[in-house]
Amino acid sequence: MSVLVFAESSEGKFKKVALEVTSYGKKLAEQMQTNLVVITAFVTDTSALSAYGAEKILVASSEALKTSDASVYADLMVAAVQQENAEVVVIDSSANGAFLAPLVAAKLKAGYASNVVSLPGSLAPFIVKRKAFSNKAFNNTEITTSKKVLGIAKNSFGLFEDAVSSSTEDFAPDLPSGKINRTGLETASGKVTIADADIVVSGGRGLKSGDNWGMLEELADVLGAATACSKPVADLGWRPHAEHVGQTGKQVASNLYLAVGISGAIQHLAGVNSSKVKVVINTDPEAPFFKSAEYGIVGDAFEVVPKLVEKLKVFKAENA
Amino acid sequence: MKILVCISNVPDTTSKINFTDNNTKFDTNGVQFVINPHDEYTLTRAMWFKEKQGASVTVVTVGDQSVEPTLRKALAIGADDAIRVNAAATDGFFVAEQLAEVVKTGNYDLVLAGRESIDYNGGMVPGILATLLGYNFVNAVIGIEVADHKVTVVREIDGGKEIMESDLPMVLGAQKGIVQESDLRIPNMRGIMMARKKPLQVVEAVDAVQATVSNSFEKPAEKSACKMVETVDELIDLLHNEAKVI
Repeated sequence: MSVLVFAESSEGKFKKVALEVTSYGKKLAEQMQTNLVVITAFVTDTSALSAYGAEKILVASSEALKTSDASVYADLMVAAVQQENAEVVVIDSSANGAFLAPLVAAKLKAGYASNVVSLPGSLAPFIVKRKAFSNKAFNNTEITTSKKVLGIAKNSFGLFEDAVSSSTEDFAPDLPSGKINRTGLETASGKVTIADADIVVSGGRGLKSGDNWGMLEELADVLGAATACSKPVADLGWRPHAEHVGQTGKQVASNLYLAVGISGAIQHLAGVNSSKVKVVINTDPEAPFFKSAEYGIVGDAFEVVPKLVEKLKVFKAENA
Repeated sequence: MKILVCISNVPDTTSKINFTDNNTKFDTNGVQFVINPHDEYTLTRAMWFKEKQGASVTVVTVGDQSVEPTLRKALAIGADDAIRVNAAATDGFFVAEQLAEVVKTGNYDLVLAGRESIDYNGGMVPGILATLLGYNFVNAVIGIEVADHKVTVVREIDGGKEIMESDLPMVLGAQKGIVQESDLRIPNMRGIMMARKKPLQVVEAVDAVQATVSNSFEKPAEKSACKMVETVDELIDLLHNEAKVI
């Protein structure tokens, strides 16, 4: 028996979510009194996984895995589950993780719980707590199948260093070739993405025009943050849809969410509830967002934000 | 092309979320149910294929009789016919098995579903359905074009988008962005009248595994009051020394 974790990488490096799910897998393996096996693809330096408790690491690098078809990765996971006799599979909640996990569950005929926020409250029956109702509630879900797949919510469990010496093996099962071909890729280079960001700076209709985003971008630059926006801003075309945060947009689970000129409609709050610290800057002291925030400033964004940028630059210089 | 759009019946996005029966059931008291927003965007895209490429559009949901108004709304938006699988939608695996049966019976070649429902946020039905059917699958889709059985899809990834090609039959998990907000259709009186006459077929559920059970719900802990701050210096100090996030 074992716990199998999928560690996602990008250009040979592990993403933060990969270390989060490794931490989760390690603690879960301890709880279940079993072993942790971590599987990854195309990474030569796996020392980061060893630092978070991966006792055994499988490295896959078949040609078939150079695909955008998640079902090939699902076949890889199924082969690893069989080899390692894994009972629980742990996957992150990134775009790729959310693509992969249901396919693994379907192939294993395993129950799947997504957006899991903590270790199982009980192993028999196997019950996990997961986010539901767009972050407005939690659902305690029992998985009744013998194999189980867990999708771990981003930035909810934490990183726990636990250095071990790992055994690393090449893993090369027979895999089918993918049936979906990538013909193009557009990524904003050099920008922090909302999914990876520890800090997110977000603007609403209070900024009056898409032309006024310069100061928010400057604020994001100083903080090393990603920029985001409310739904009306995306619908008005001031900012791209990919920046829309809320119930039907991106879910933000950052350490700090800084909302400027966003009143805090219930649908927006659903997208940011999982952020640890929320700061609201708004001219209207009655804006509902203040009720959900940790810190608030009542004031005009056009005065507060430039001042904040200036003072943060000084702060960063002093604390560099 | 035969398109099947899978619809989930969910509480309106402004609903207050409360639970009853010792926190085991969602409190539907005073709650308005709507087409799951991701599904509504997806249905709107399907209407384009109906109007421009002559596709047929069927909508399907798994639920008891109380979900029929939501199916009628989908018909009023323009779907040709509707299917209701008569069973409680209690588990993603169970729902996917029911939908797989509907797809096989109706021989649909493009199956569209929202990426996730905004109530349970399981995000699993499209992927499991595709695997059960052996259809090609892409998740988080924000663009679809179909020409001669070739499908071009745009998938949202963290920090960008990926353009992909595959062949029908396919299942796609789509989301907001697949059409613009302004493309959404509010059913007019004619659409509503016509929807009453369109076929709504009720089929019984097939035997399927129930892989998960919802045991109970919890609401997030009440948070402490917002600390109001006068100056940006004070804010920076609090974020650094108290919250320790910068």
